Amino acid sequence: MSIDTSSAPVDAGRRLLGRVSSAFTSPKYGPVLVTLVLLIAIFAIGGSRYRGFVSGPVILNLFVDNAYLIVLAVGMTFVILTGGIDLSVGAVLALSTMIAASLLQSGWSASVVIPLILVLTSVLGLLVGLMIHIFKIQPFIATLAAMFLARGLCYVISKDSISITDPVFVSLAQTRISFGGRMSITASVVIALLVVLVAFLVLHYSRLGRTVYAIGGGEQSGMLMGLPVARTKVLVYVISGFCSGLAGVLFTFYTLSGYSLTAVGTELDAIAAVVIGGTLLTGGYGFVLGSVLGVLVLGTIQTIITFEGTLSSWWTRIFIGGLLLVFIVLQKVLTARRR
Amino acid sequence: MNRMFSSRLFWPVVMLLVLFTINLVAFPGFFSLEVKNGHLFGSLVDIARNGAPTLIIAVGMTLVIATRGIDLSVGAVCAIAGAVACSIILGSPEPGSIGTVAVAVIAALLIALVLGLWNGFLVAVLGIQPIIATLILMTAGRGAAMLITEGQILTVNSPPFKVIGSGFVLGIPVSVVIAAVIFAAAALLTRRTALGLLIESVGINPEASRQAGVRSRGLLITVYTFSAFAAAIAGLILTSNQTAADANNTGLFIELDAILAVVIGGTSLAGGRYSLLGTLVGALVIQTLVTTVYTVGIPPIATMVFKAAVVTAVCLLQSPTTNATFGRWRRSLGRGRPGTRTAERASVS
Amino acid sequence: MNAQAPVVEMTNISISFPGVKALDGVNFRMFPGEVHSLLGENGAGKSTLIKALTGVYAIDSGPADSGEILLAGNRVSFAGPAQAQNAGISTVYQEVNLLGNLSVAENIMLGREPRRFGGIDWRATRRRAVELLRGLHLDIDPGSLLGSHSLAVQQLVAIARAIDVNAKVLILDEPTSSLDADEVAELFRVIRELKAEGVAILFVSHFLDQVYEISDRLTVLRNGKLVGEYRTAEILRLDLVQKMIGKELAILDALERRIVEPGGGEDDEVPLLAATALGRKGSIAPVDLRVYTGEVVGLAGLLGSGRTELARILSGIDRPDSGELVIDGTPHRFRTPRSALARGVAYSSENRRAEGIVEDLTVRDNIVLALQADRGWFHPISRKRRDELAVSYIQALNIRPANPDAIVRNLSGGNQQKVLLARWLAVAPRLLILDEPTRGIDVGAKAEIQKLVVNLAENGMSVLFISAELEEVLRLSSRIAIMRDRRLVADIVNDDLTVDSLLAIIADGELTAVER
Ligand SMILES: Nc1ncnc2c1ncn2[C@@H]1O[C@H](COP(=O)(O)OP(=O)(O)OP(=O)(O)O)[C@@H](O)[C@H]1O
Ligand SMILES: [Mg+2]
Repeated sequence: MSIDTSSAPVDAGRRLLGRVSSAFTSPKYGPVLVTLVLLIAIFAIGGSRYRGFVSGPVILNLFVDNAYLIVLAVGMTFVILTGGIDLSVGAVLALSTMIAASLLQSGWSASVVIPLILVLTSVLGLLVGLMIHIFKIQPFIATLAAMFLARGLCYVISKDSISITDPVFVSLAQTRISFGGRMSITASVVIALLVVLVAFLVLHYSRLGRTVYAIGGGEQSGMLMGLPVARTKVLVYVISGFCSGLAGVLFTFYTLSGYSLTAVGTELDAIAAVVIGGTLLTGGYGFVLGSVLGVLVLGTIQTIITFEGTLSSWWTRIFIGGLLLVFIVLQKVLTARRR
Repeated sequence: MNRMFSSRLFWPVVMLLVLFTINLVAFPGFFSLEVKNGHLFGSLVDIARNGAPTLIIAVGMTLVIATRGIDLSVGAVCAIAGAVACSIILGSPEPGSIGTVAVAVIAALLIALVLGLWNGFLVAVLGIQPIIATLILMTAGRGAAMLITEGQILTVNSPPFKVIGSGFVLGIPVSVVIAAVIFAAAALLTRRTALGLLIESVGINPEASRQAGVRSRGLLITVYTFSAFAAAIAGLILTSNQTAADANNTGLFIELDAILAVVIGGTSLAGGRYSLLGTLVGALVIQTLVTTVYTVGIPPIATMVFKAAVVTAVCLLQSPTTNATFGRWRRSLGRGRPGTRTAERASVS
Repeated sequence: MNAQAPVVEMTNISISFPGVKALDGVNFRMFPGEVHSLLGENGAGKSTLIKALTGVYAIDSGPADSGEILLAGNRVSFAGPAQAQNAGISTVYQEVNLLGNLSVAENIMLGREPRRFGGIDWRATRRRAVELLRGLHLDIDPGSLLGSHSLAVQQLVAIARAIDVNAKVLILDEPTSSLDADEVAELFRVIRELKAEGVAILFVSHFLDQVYEISDRLTVLRNGKLVGEYRTAEILRLDLVQKMIGKELAILDALERRIVEPGGGEDDEVPLLAATALGRKGSIAPVDLRVYTGEVVGLAGLLGSGRTELARILSGIDRPDSGELVIDGTPHRFRTPRSALARGVAYSSENRRAEGIVEDLTVRDNIVLALQADRGWFHPISRKRRDELAVSYIQALNIRPANPDAIVRNLSGGNQQKVLLARWLAVAPRLLILDEPTRGIDVGAKAEIQKLVVNLAENGMSVLFISAELEEVLRLSSRIAIMRDRRLVADIVNDDLTVDSLLAIIADGELTAVER
């Protein structure tokens, strides 16, 4: 009896350890778990180096500053899960800030402008999706063309920054949902988290979502299994277009202006976030929550740089690259041991 | 006839001819070449000269893409190479001597080789996805270039250095000669040896290749190193042309043009069969496009939109779907030929 | 007996690929409650006919592809497999076409998961999947990733998926190619049940025993043309083979005789390969095995018994973590397949598509790949030599189309296997490890390959021959090593062994375990 009681917890402990280690090395959950652990580690390091780094306001600000990126990453996750890629998201985001700013400037009401932007960007996504599906154009190229188009249209609308004074936008930008103390979030954060929730439900509890994974696992197989591959493949680009448009709207809440040169290179941030979050670029494996973690990792790196304070702009870039490297290498090492 | 239509190169070549025609209409002297002080001049020469850096990078990119990879860091490597060369020249007591320039160029190329090895190491040894592995250098690389130039634009005044970007040999621009040499070297090296076959095989099925005894690690490291090397050469040409190293803008977005050239040339981003000849045509299409913007007088703000339109057009025309539709259409016109079901990737070059 | 109308009637079906007329005016019909076998050599057009029926290939797009398909008397033209499935045609395609990144349960239920509150009801999905797996006596965790299972289990999962659909017509394209005897029996039981319910079943297999056992009627194709439709009971094997191949051959005879003298290494001879306590945690228990020069050693065992795992360790694909490997008296550590190849050990994978062929390359390039890799990139094989190699192996193995420039992706399954075999023969290894080399290969080619193996051994090559088909192992091997539960349990000289005695050793009184 006494032996039993003493060995039971050891056994249980060992089993737990076994479970944990197999979860870490599983191709499905491993990368996400590692990302989570590393995120916590970064925070711990940040907390030990800088005063006030691990605090409610800093963490909430991470969400406030990156709400738009979360939305972009969600759309990107859908696309990458199918094995595609969307390079147009940054440019489409910029385009929607331009459309918003210019239409609002000429007196349109916010209640028309926002839905219009979402529809337009979704249609752009639809066109890209059709190009990819019907004409078998590689996603990298089709979305690159869309990126040129969107950026080009930005310049056509205006080369200068247009500021937004529309009362609805201004109030949405300034409203803060407070949790007491200095802790508060913006409406954008709520919207972004809602998008994440919906995406999660769609990916895991709808046939559409499962078809997305199926396409990433093998398009031909999915087709032979009788899944609606064509429709779904087009749809992910519509979703990504929609998310880019929404991210653009959130971005205007953040900056209260439209500018054709905003968010240059943001598509790479979104892709990096998704990949850091454990989604394979070849498709089929990954989670939308992982992508949120990925955004938070990028955001935390930014925050560290802010806390560091004295970095010149070039050191900032080297530092970001370095942290990205450390992160990816650690992730690789920790999830290794798969055959 | 049929073979010509189904060749992957058909539409890119047609597009190139269309762009030439547009230019010719807008500017009747487009095709004329003249020799001034023993130097060749003309719009076509300009296209070749300005397109050289993109072509050089695209050649390296083709091989990287054939292995199923991608190299986003080429723009940053351009900037670093330029920065290294210019800072060495500026730091030397004799910026105008050939020796100084040689040292500067060799140093820039050596650093690029190290950067290429680094990318190759991340991809081949650590197994990081290429787009992310090279994104690291893309991000950090420009920072490093700025570190070298200390955030300044380094203007150099060194006649031998200027030759690289704007000199002539035997009447032909030096940059065009360099591009031709690199192109020929890559073509010979991969097609006259078995390198091309092994690269394609790794790109199509890495595991099968491993089991067949292909040393894919070495191959991957080689192609990334070559890509960085090519990028450095392009960076030197660009820098020499501007007689200044601008860490922020040298080679900015050139990776996109290079990738576009590769894809327009018929090499799939999914890896495998590649065509260097296609890449050459692709690079020419892209450069002619830029020239067309000026000759036709398209307002600068619409340049991007124009570029999007042309890229889309080439891709749509090249697509297997269009090909099949054309095929059916031609067949129904008379000459009944057996149906072409799936347009295979034609093997060119 | 068949007063009934056919449930499927395909008339005058023609399908062309660039350069190949895969089907030329073929007629085909199926009756409810009947098992109908489709027979023909590799590349005869079996899979193509199936894909034409299920809408993978449209038959009304263009002048070259034509024909008419009636389903239960109504003209149909499916725009894709999804439509065929909805119309009651359920299909298991030749190459397992499932998704390794999703769970077993999902693979079975994908596209028709039970729903609750508008979302997928995961509990019900799993429950249903488990039921279907039980129907095939397959005891695996439905939550595990499909990709983590062996090809055989994947094959069974694909079958489980197909029989779940309420189908009028069930199509099975070479479903048994990677199954062992027990699993085939299990499958046949299910087929008979479905048949009794009135389902029409289309069965493709290169195993004539199975064809005779299960089918009521058969259709033979040759080179894309219909040879004829026969009642199974009314046609002799020899006639059947003759109809498939188109000429008389003593193949059946060859397939029945043992062709290797029993032997076994002499005690004083130095073995070509000697493994001592070679093992890998989580893969196989330590193994002792010797292979002598010029002998064919069979490696038998149930699925998941560790055959492939052992082969992978011997050939440097996976690294052992215990024991030692001695080649020709010198110890070696193979860290990569390359190092094994350098010592003359080549491995032909059972997983042709994922680990074997390089799909987008030509037949020629696929054949020379390993040889070229061995020589290094700087020493290219001359164009002339490559052509010679390709042509000679195309001839020797009867690869079709006999075109060195054909893209391997477009070859039929059996011909792809032959190309792979040619690749390994081209490097002239000293020990060739063949993992299921005759899977999916037609009778004629199978006899050819078996003959080849024996010839190779006579010329001094050693062969480790892995096959789920015990007859074949018995016929070829002078010695047979048997694995069970991931350990080597016997290593016996093949003098008076029979399938039954072999089975007894494999089972050894234990319950037949399916892979865990
Ligand atoms: N996608 C394709 N493109 C070009 N040719 C093809 C394609 N698919 C099949 N073929 C050709 O069509 C012919 C018939 O192939 P099919 O796959 O139907 O043969 P099969 O009878 O199923 O043979 P196996 O027993 O080897 O599976 C072969 O010559 C093959 O090379
Ligand atoms: Mg077949």
